[in-house]
Amino acid sequence: MVQTRFMKALFTLVLILTLAVTTVANGGGVIELLNVSYDPTRELWREINSNFIARYEKEKGVKVSIKQSHGGSSTQARAVIDGLQADVVTLASYLDTDAIFKRGLIKEGWIDKLPNRSLPYTSTIIFVVRKGNPKKIKDWPDLVKPGVAIITPNPKTSGNGYLSFFSAWGSVTVRGGSRQDAVDYVTKLYKQVPVLDSGARGATTTFVQRGIGDVHLAWENEAHLEVREAKGDLDLIYPPISIRAEPHVAVVDKNVDRHKTREVAEAYLKYTYTDEAQEIAAKHFYRPSNANILKKHADTFPDIKLFPITAIAKDFPDAHKQFIGDGGVFDTIYKPR
Amino acid sequence: MASVNRKVLPGFSLTLGYTIFYLSVLVLIPITACFFKAGSLSFDEFWRAVWTERARSAYLLTFGASFAAALVNLILGLLLAWVLVRYTFPGRRLVDSLVDLPLALPTAVGGLVYSSLYVDKGWLGHYLVPLGIHAAYTRFAIVLVLVFVGLPFVVRTVQPILEDLDPESEEASASLGATRWETFRHVILPTLYPALVTGFALAFARGVGEYGSVVFVSGNMPYKTEIAPILIVARLEEFAYGEATAIAVVLLVISFVMLVLINLLERWSVRHAH
Repeated sequence: MVQTRFMKALFTLVLILTLAVTTVANGGGVIELLNVSYDPTRELWREINSNFIARYEKEKGVKVSIKQSHGGSSTQARAVIDGLQADVVTLASYLDTDAIFKRGLIKEGWIDKLPNRSLPYTSTIIFVVRKGNPKKIKDWPDLVKPGVAIITPNPKTSGNGYLSFFSAWGSVTVRGGSRQDAVDYVTKLYKQVPVLDSGARGATTTFVQRGIGDVHLAWENEAHLEVREAKGDLDLIYPPISIRAEPHVAVVDKNVDRHKTREVAEAYLKYTYTDEAQEIAAKHFYRPSNANILKKHADTFPDIKLFPITAIAKDFPDAHKQFIGDGGVFDTIYKPR
Repeated sequence: MASVNRKVLPGFSLTLGYTIFYLSVLVLIPITACFFKAGSLSFDEFWRAVWTERARSAYLLTFGASFAAALVNLILGLLLAWVLVRYTFPGRRLVDSLVDLPLALPTAVGGLVYSSLYVDKGWLGHYLVPLGIHAAYTRFAIVLVLVFVGLPFVVRTVQPILEDLDPESEEASASLGATRWETFRHVILPTLYPALVTGFALAFARGVGEYGSVVFVSGNMPYKTEIAPILIVARLEEFAYGEATAIAVVLLVISFVMLVLINLLERWSVRHAH
């Protein structure tokens, strides 16, 4: 096929260029790792990296340098699929890691290679409200009270967006509501969303800078930062129930084998489970997977009921297909006018 | 041999070769790749991806808003170019360089600024919203921001023509007894038609392709303020590359047809100007 031959030629060209660049870059005897992650984890990984680099050099006498790449989670996944040379991926959702696995870059069974199903930390979706909570929003049903405007990004284009949707859905079905109840609830809810931003940061801007909306459905870690930066103008609200968001980490097998960086990459991800790294995660408002450390930070992370995705669907890809994908529940909410 | 290149200007084959190479690498190959990728879908899949009710309203909005914005730019751009060329006033050079600013500014910044100005609590929205003018998160907002990004095109295409205009024909028209309006209408305007059409086409095309600013001002509500490029991003999030490129192909084809039509209109206006 002309197309494949052409693609191969193009690919070879890109490969040669990348190799040329990496050979030059690797000149100093430093092992380089690329960690491809999602947007809000910048500060988290910067701190983990500098600690890991110091520790690894002391223990193994090997110098490591870690590069970071951040962006929308599925945009990052597509970049890795298209050839971004990630040694490890630390993306927002199973959906994105799974997409890379399905393209053959990650080996079967990746999820069981690291402790706690490859989850050094987890997160969830909580509420941010205006100072003093004037609309008295405490729980999911409060969101659809008349006159409440909700800010959440578009589930079709944002991880924060679909996790908010799954949370809202589960808040009905996990508590015993029927599928129809859940459809009615999310339909009402999204009718009260005045702006569907394309990403999490856009939604934060709409809520904080523009002053639109009464409640913002945000990532737990982002919510903490948002409230801290607002210096008293915003409050955190923990609903009694929400989804357990699972930002998995994984070694990209194809790439580490090519770069001969497997040993360091695996040590790097294992390091994230040490007490030291778990404390860093907690400091940045990610829920540590180590139960003792999580308990230590109980004031930061209230013990609310976090339901897994399996409570509302088979798995993440299935949930996305049923609820968000083309022709899914979300599509039926909006009717042409 | 008789067929040796005997043209006056040398280097024809070299420059043409370079042009074709350049166009291929930058334009033709990416577009062909787009068509190939969309071709991986069966006809049914393609149709289902591109012709849903939601997609149709997004196309209509994308092309409608771009068209409206280009029309506004046609009139405002002519006015701006006229003022810049025909009058001298303090600060003219400054105004002249301000015109290019929308090209230099990342459009996302433009979108963010517009939405923060026009929301209920924004500097301008504070006064406009009580009057019923909602210029954030509405279709009107999309047109407004597209006027912004398309502003330089009409100005910059009309300006040089206006500068080169021969004053003698205006003088002749005046001495033959035409009023100032008649001189403008029958002498000046016809010579500007081709440039106006080109500027319009550029502003229109820019509007169709615009994403960065629109996502910040539109609110992205399905059926109301959702533009077609948002649909492409939504499909990419599902890793549905084929469906995403299918929508892109539809946009490409419609844009191409419209640009060809505008080009024909331009040629017609050139012929009519003389």
